[in-house]
Amino acid sequence: MEGNIAQMGQFIGAGLAAIGSGAAAIGVGHVAGNFLAGALRNPSAAAGQTATLFIGIAFAEALGIFSFLVALLLMFAV
Amino acid sequence: MAEEAKGGGLEFHPMDQFIIKPLFGDAGDQVGMFTITNATFWMAAAILAIAALMILGTRGRAVVPTRTQSVAELAYGFVYKMVEDVAGKDGLKYFPYIMTLFLFILFSNFLGLIPMSFTTTSHIAVTAILAMAVFLAVTILGFVKNGASFLGLFWVSSAPLALRPILALIELISYFVRPVSHSIRLAGNMMAGHAVLKVFAGFAQVAAVAPIAIFGVVAIYGLEVLVSAIQAYVFTILTCVYLKDALHPSH
Repeated sequence: MEGNIAQMGQFIGAGLAAIGSGAAAIGVGHVAGNFLAGALRNPSAAAGQTATLFIGIAFAEALGIFSFLVALLLMFAV
Repeated sequence: MAEEAKGGGLEFHPMDQFIIKPLFGDAGDQVGMFTITNATFWMAAAILAIAALMILGTRGRAVVPTRTQSVAELAYGFVYKMVEDVAGKDGLKYFPYIMTLFLFILFSNFLGLIPMSFTTTSHIAVTAILAMAVFLAVTILGFVKNGASFLGLFWVSSAPLALRPILALIELISYFVRPVSHSIRLAGNMMAGHAVLKVFAGFAQVAAVAPIAIFGVVAIYGLEVLVSAIQAYVFTILTCVYLKDALHPSH
Protein backbone atom coordinates (compact mmCIF):
# COMPACT_ATOMS: atom_id res chain seq x y z
CA MET A 1 0.00 0.00 0.00
CA GLU A 2 1.38 3.35 -0.96
CA GLY A 3 0.02 6.76 -1.85
CA ASN A 4 -1.74 9.21 0.37
CA ILE A 5 -5.25 9.88 1.48
CA ALA A 6 -5.72 12.82 -0.91
CA GLN A 7 -5.00 10.57 -3.87
CA MET A 8 -7.50 8.05 -2.58
CA GLY A 9 -10.13 10.79 -2.38
CA GLN A 10 -9.27 11.79 -5.94
CA PHE A 11 -9.83 8.28 -7.24
CA ILE A 12 -13.04 7.77 -5.28
CA GLY A 13 -14.32 11.10 -6.56
CA ALA A 14 -13.45 10.18 -10.14
CA GLY A 15 -15.30 6.90 -9.73
CA LEU A 16 -18.34 8.67 -8.32
CA ALA A 17 -18.28 11.14 -11.21
CA ALA A 18 -18.39 8.20 -13.60
CA ILE A 19 -21.91 7.43 -12.28
CA GLY A 20 -23.00 10.50 -14.24
CA SER A 21 -22.05 8.73 -17.46
CA GLY A 22 -24.53 6.00 -16.59
CA ALA A 23 -27.19 8.60 -15.93
CA ALA A 24 -26.50 10.14 -19.33
CA ALA A 25 -26.87 6.67 -20.84
CA ILE A 26 -30.36 6.45 -19.31
CA GLY A 27 -31.21 9.82 -20.86
CA VAL A 28 -29.91 8.87 -24.29
CA GLY A 29 -31.80 5.58 -24.18
CA HIS A 30 -34.95 7.44 -23.22
CA VAL A 31 -34.61 9.78 -26.21
CA ALA A 32 -33.92 6.96 -28.65
CA GLY A 33 -36.63 4.71 -27.23
CA ASN A 34 -39.28 7.40 -27.40
CA PHE A 35 -38.23 8.25 -30.93
CA LEU A 36 -38.63 4.63 -31.92
CA ALA A 37 -42.01 4.40 -30.21
CA GLY A 38 -43.20 7.46 -32.11
CA ALA A 39 -41.60 6.34 -35.36
CA LEU A 40 -43.37 2.98 -35.28
CA ARG A 41 -46.72 4.70 -34.84
CA ASN A 42 -46.15 6.99 -37.79
CA PRO A 43 -43.27 5.69 -39.92
CA SER A 44 -43.85 8.21 -42.70
CA ALA A 45 -43.05 11.14 -40.41
CA ALA A 46 -39.96 9.49 -38.89
CA ALA A 47 -37.49 10.18 -41.70
CA GLY A 48 -37.77 13.93 -41.30
CA GLN A 49 -37.08 13.78 -37.59
CA THR A 50 -33.76 11.90 -37.50
CA ALA A 51 -31.85 15.20 -37.27
CA THR A 52 -33.95 16.15 -34.25
CA LEU A 53 -33.22 12.74 -32.76
CA PHE A 54 -29.49 13.26 -33.01
CA ILE A 55 -29.69 16.79 -31.64
CA GLY A 56 -31.70 15.48 -28.68
CA ILE A 57 -29.20 12.69 -28.09
CA ALA A 58 -26.32 15.16 -28.28
CA PHE A 59 -27.91 17.47 -25.70
CA ALA A 60 -28.74 14.59 -23.36
CA GLU A 61 -25.20 13.37 -23.70
CA ALA A 62 -23.68 16.78 -22.97
CA LEU A 63 -24.41 16.53 -19.25
CA GLY A 64 -22.84 13.08 -19.09
CA ILE A 65 -19.80 14.63 -20.72
CA PHE A 66 -19.54 17.11 -17.87
CA SER A 67 -19.33 14.26 -15.35
CA PHE A 68 -16.66 12.67 -17.52
CA LEU A 69 -14.86 16.02 -17.51
CA VAL A 70 -15.02 16.13 -13.70
CA ALA A 71 -13.56 12.63 -13.56
CA LEU A 72 -10.76 13.62 -15.95
CA LEU A 73 -10.00 16.76 -13.94
CA LEU A 74 -9.84 14.76 -10.72
CA MET A 75 -7.58 12.15 -12.25
CA PHE A 76 -5.13 14.39 -14.07
CA ALA A 77 -5.50 18.04 -13.12
CA VAL A 78 -6.04 18.18 -9.35
CA MET B 1 -0.45 -5.46 -10.96
CA ALA B 2 -3.68 -7.33 -11.50
CA GLU B 3 -2.74 -7.86 -15.16
CA GLU B 4 0.58 -9.47 -14.25
CA ALA B 5 -1.18 -12.05 -12.12
CA LYS B 6 -2.96 -13.41 -15.21
CA GLY B 7 0.32 -14.66 -16.62
CA GLY B 8 2.31 -12.84 -19.25
CA GLY B 9 0.66 -9.56 -18.39
CA LEU B 10 -0.31 -6.73 -20.68
CA GLU B 11 2.64 -5.76 -22.80
CA PHE B 12 1.11 -2.42 -23.67
CA HIS B 13 -1.06 0.03 -21.87
CA PRO B 14 -4.45 0.75 -23.54
CA MET B 15 -3.74 4.47 -23.47
CA ASP B 16 -0.31 4.16 -25.11
CA GLN B 17 -1.85 4.64 -28.54
CA PHE B 18 -2.62 8.28 -27.73
CA ILE B 19 1.00 9.28 -27.01
CA ILE B 20 2.29 11.94 -29.38
CA LYS B 21 5.69 10.97 -30.74
CA PRO B 22 8.01 12.86 -33.06
CA LEU B 23 7.99 11.23 -36.48
CA PHE B 24 11.71 11.75 -37.05
CA GLY B 25 14.41 11.21 -34.43
CA ASP B 26 14.18 9.37 -31.13
CA ALA B 27 10.95 8.65 -29.32
CA GLY B 28 12.05 10.61 -26.27
CA ASP B 29 12.79 13.87 -28.14
CA GLN B 30 11.19 17.08 -27.05
CA VAL B 31 7.96 17.87 -28.95
CA GLY B 32 7.96 21.56 -29.84
CA MET B 33 5.39 23.67 -31.61
CA PHE B 34 6.61 22.81 -35.11
CA THR B 35 7.82 19.24 -34.53
CA ILE B 36 6.40 16.84 -37.07
CA THR B 37 4.67 14.20 -34.96
CA ASN B 38 2.41 11.27 -35.66
CA ALA B 39 -0.55 13.62 -35.08
CA THR B 40 0.70 15.90 -37.85
CA PHE B 41 1.18 12.92 -40.13
CA TRP B 42 -2.32 11.53 -39.65
CA MET B 43 -3.94 14.94 -40.02
CA ALA B 44 -2.06 15.40 -43.29
CA ALA B 45 -3.18 11.92 -44.33
CA ALA B 46 -6.80 12.89 -43.68
CA ILE B 47 -6.45 16.08 -45.74
CA LEU B 48 -4.79 14.16 -48.59
CA ALA B 49 -7.50 11.49 -48.53
CA ILE B 50 -10.24 14.13 -48.72
CA ALA B 51 -8.45 15.97 -51.53
CA ALA B 52 -7.99 12.69 -53.40
CA LEU B 53 -11.65 11.75 -53.02
CA MET B 54 -12.91 15.13 -54.13
CA ILE B 55 -10.42 15.79 -56.95
CA LEU B 56 -10.36 12.28 -58.38
CA GLY B 57 -14.08 11.90 -57.85
CA THR B 58 -15.15 15.03 -59.65
CA ARG B 59 -12.51 14.93 -62.39
CA GLY B 60 -14.55 12.88 -64.81
CA ARG B 61 -17.85 14.75 -64.26
CA ALA B 62 -19.60 11.81 -65.87
CA VAL B 63 -23.38 11.74 -66.24
CA VAL B 64 -23.31 8.15 -65.06
CA PRO B 65 -20.99 8.47 -62.03
CA THR B 66 -18.13 6.12 -61.30
CA ARG B 67 -17.84 4.66 -57.80
CA THR B 68 -15.52 7.42 -56.55
CA GLN B 69 -17.70 10.11 -58.07
CA SER B 70 -20.86 8.76 -56.49
CA VAL B 71 -19.19 8.66 -53.06
CA ALA B 72 -18.05 12.27 -53.49
CA GLU B 73 -21.53 13.30 -54.66
CA LEU B 74 -23.20 11.45 -51.79
CA ALA B 75 -20.98 13.20 -49.22
CA TYR B 76 -21.66 16.58 -50.81
CA GLY B 77 -25.39 16.04 -51.07
CA PHE B 78 -25.66 14.67 -47.54
CA VAL B 79 -24.00 17.70 -45.92
CA TYR B 80 -25.78 20.13 -48.26
CA LYS B 81 -29.17 18.75 -47.29
CA MET B 82 -28.26 18.79 -43.60
CA VAL B 83 -27.27 22.48 -43.72
CA GLU B 84 -30.38 23.34 -45.70
CA ASP B 85 -32.72 21.46 -43.36
CA VAL B 86 -31.26 22.65 -40.06
CA ALA B 87 -29.78 26.09 -40.72
CA GLY B 88 -32.18 27.16 -43.46
CA LYS B 89 -31.63 28.62 -46.91
CA ASP B 90 -29.49 31.53 -45.67
CA GLY B 91 -27.20 29.10 -43.87
CA LEU B 92 -26.09 27.69 -47.21
CA LYS B 93 -23.58 30.53 -47.55
CA TYR B 94 -21.54 28.82 -44.82
CA PHE B 95 -21.85 25.36 -46.35
CA PRO B 96 -18.17 25.10 -47.46
CA TYR B 97 -16.94 25.47 -43.88
CA ILE B 98 -19.37 22.89 -42.54
CA MET B 99 -18.48 20.49 -45.35
CA THR B 100 -14.79 20.92 -44.47
CA LEU B 101 -15.47 20.21 -40.80
CA PHE B 102 -17.56 17.12 -41.58
CA LEU B 103 -15.07 15.59 -43.98
CA PHE B 104 -12.06 16.31 -41.78
CA ILE B 105 -13.65 14.74 -38.71
CA LEU B 106 -15.06 11.79 -40.63
CA PHE B 107 -11.75 11.00 -42.30
CA SER B 108 -9.74 11.50 -39.11
CA ASN B 109 -12.08 9.14 -37.26
CA PHE B 110 -11.93 6.50 -39.98
CA LEU B 111 -8.15 6.74 -40.45
CA GLY B 112 -7.82 6.27 -36.70
CA LEU B 113 -9.53 2.89 -37.05
CA ILE B 114 -6.66 1.50 -39.14
CA PRO B 115 -4.61 -0.73 -36.82
CA MET B 116 -1.41 0.91 -35.54
CA SER B 117 -2.61 4.32 -36.66
CA PHE B 118 -3.21 7.38 -34.55
CA THR B 119 -6.58 9.06 -34.00
CA THR B 120 -6.08 12.81 -34.17
CA THR B 121 -9.65 13.54 -33.09
CA SER B 122 -9.11 11.66 -29.81
CA HIS B 123 -7.03 14.61 -28.60
CA ILE B 124 -8.87 17.45 -26.92
CA ALA B 125 -6.23 19.83 -28.33
CA VAL B 126 -7.52 19.09 -31.85
CA THR B 127 -11.24 19.03 -31.15
CA ALA B 128 -11.07 22.09 -28.87
CA ILE B 129 -9.62 24.13 -31.74
CA LEU B 130 -12.39 22.91 -34.06
CA ALA B 131 -15.08 23.69 -31.47
CA MET B 132 -13.62 27.08 -30.52
CA ALA B 133 -13.43 28.05 -34.18
CA VAL B 134 -17.12 27.20 -34.56
CA PHE B 135 -18.02 29.01 -31.34
CA LEU B 136 -16.13 32.21 -32.23
CA ALA B 137 -17.34 32.20 -35.82
CA VAL B 138 -20.95 31.74 -34.76
CA THR B 139 -20.78 34.40 -32.03
CA ILE B 140 -19.17 36.99 -34.30
CA LEU B 141 -21.57 36.11 -37.11
CA GLY B 142 -24.54 36.51 -34.79
CA PHE B 143 -23.48 39.99 -33.73
CA VAL B 144 -22.58 41.05 -37.27
CA LYS B 145 -25.88 39.82 -38.73
CA ASN B 146 -28.26 40.87 -35.94
CA GLY B 147 -26.42 43.52 -33.96
CA ALA B 148 -27.57 43.85 -30.35
CA SER B 149 -30.74 41.86 -31.06
CA PHE B 150 -28.54 38.75 -31.05
CA LEU B 151 -28.80 39.02 -27.25
CA GLY B 152 -32.48 38.11 -27.70
CA LEU B 153 -31.18 34.55 -27.84
CA PHE B 154 -30.81 34.74 -24.06
CA TRP B 155 -34.11 36.52 -23.39
CA VAL B 156 -36.86 33.90 -23.66
CA SER B 157 -39.80 36.10 -24.62
CA SER B 158 -42.32 33.24 -24.47
CA ALA B 159 -41.69 32.66 -20.74
CA PRO B 160 -43.41 34.56 -17.89
CA LEU B 161 -41.66 37.84 -17.08
CA ALA B 162 -40.62 36.79 -13.58
CA LEU B 163 -38.82 33.73 -14.91
CA ARG B 164 -36.95 35.48 -17.69
CA PRO B 165 -33.88 36.68 -15.72
CA ILE B 166 -33.32 33.16 -14.34
CA LEU B 167 -33.77 31.65 -17.80
CA ALA B 168 -31.40 34.27 -19.20
CA LEU B 169 -28.73 33.14 -16.75
CA ILE B 170 -29.27 29.48 -17.65
CA GLU B 171 -29.21 30.29 -21.36
CA LEU B 172 -26.01 32.28 -20.90
CA ILE B 173 -24.28 29.41 -19.10
CA SER B 174 -25.49 26.88 -21.66
CA TYR B 175 -24.20 29.15 -24.43
CA PHE B 176 -20.71 29.32 -22.97
CA VAL B 177 -20.37 25.59 -22.27
CA ARG B 178 -21.16 24.82 -25.91
CA PRO B 179 -17.51 24.68 -27.03
CA VAL B 180 -16.69 22.49 -24.00
CA SER B 181 -19.34 19.87 -24.66
CA HIS B 182 -18.87 20.17 -28.42
CA SER B 183 -15.17 19.30 -28.22
CA ILE B 184 -15.19 16.79 -25.37
CA ARG B 185 -18.05 14.81 -26.92
CA LEU B 186 -15.94 14.02 -29.97
CA ALA B 187 -12.62 13.54 -28.16
CA GLY B 188 -14.18 11.48 -25.37
CA ASN B 189 -16.07 9.17 -27.70
CA MET B 190 -13.02 8.55 -29.86
CA MET B 191 -10.66 8.06 -26.93
CA ALA B 192 -12.99 5.77 -24.96
CA GLY B 193 -13.82 3.62 -27.99
CA HIS B 194 -10.22 3.11 -29.00
CA ALA B 195 -9.15 2.39 -25.44
CA VAL B 196 -11.87 -0.30 -25.22
CA LEU B 197 -10.54 -1.83 -28.45
CA LYS B 198 -7.06 -2.03 -26.96
CA VAL B 199 -8.33 -3.45 -23.69
CA PHE B 200 -10.07 -6.28 -25.56
CA ALA B 201 -6.95 -6.79 -27.66
CA GLY B 202 -5.03 -7.12 -24.40
CA PHE B 203 -7.38 -9.89 -23.24
CA ALA B 204 -6.64 -11.81 -26.44
CA GLN B 205 -3.20 -12.83 -25.16
CA VAL B 206 -4.72 -14.66 -22.21
CA ALA B 207 -5.24 -18.13 -23.71
CA ALA B 208 -8.41 -18.99 -21.77
CA VAL B 209 -10.47 -16.03 -22.99
CA ALA B 210 -8.71 -15.43 -26.34
CA PRO B 211 -11.54 -16.73 -28.62
CA ILE B 212 -14.14 -14.61 -26.84
CA ALA B 213 -11.80 -11.62 -26.81
CA ILE B 214 -11.22 -11.84 -30.57
CA PHE B 215 -14.98 -11.89 -31.24
CA GLY B 216 -15.23 -8.99 -28.80
CA VAL B 217 -12.64 -6.98 -30.71
CA VAL B 218 -14.47 -7.59 -33.99
CA ALA B 219 -17.81 -6.56 -32.48
CA ILE B 220 -16.37 -3.45 -30.82
CA TYR B 221 -14.62 -2.54 -34.07
CA GLY B 222 -17.94 -2.65 -35.90
CA LEU B 223 -19.45 -0.47 -33.19
CA GLU B 224 -16.52 1.95 -33.51
CA VAL B 225 -17.08 2.32 -37.26
CA LEU B 226 -20.66 3.33 -36.46
CA VAL B 227 -19.58 5.68 -33.65
CA SER B 228 -16.97 7.34 -35.89
CA ALA B 229 -19.59 8.21 -38.49
CA ILE B 230 -22.21 9.25 -35.93
CA GLN B 231 -19.84 11.52 -34.02
CA ALA B 232 -18.79 13.28 -37.22
CA TYR B 233 -22.50 13.70 -38.02
CA VAL B 234 -23.32 14.97 -34.52
CA PHE B 235 -20.47 17.49 -34.55
CA THR B 236 -21.62 18.80 -37.92
CA ILE B 237 -25.31 18.95 -37.08
CA LEU B 238 -24.59 20.82 -33.83
CA THR B 239 -22.55 23.30 -35.85
CA CYS B 240 -25.64 23.75 -38.05
CA VAL B 241 -27.83 24.26 -34.97
CA TYR B 242 -25.46 26.91 -33.58
CA LEU B 243 -25.39 28.57 -37.00
CA LYS B 244 -29.19 28.66 -37.05
CA ASP B 245 -29.18 30.27 -33.61
CA ALA B 246 -26.77 32.92 -34.87
CA LEU B 247 -28.80 33.66 -37.98
CA HIS B 248 -32.24 33.61 -36.31
CA PRO B 249 -31.65 34.36 -32.61
CA SER B 250 -35.29 34.84 -31.57
CA HIS B 251 -36.93 32.08 -29.59
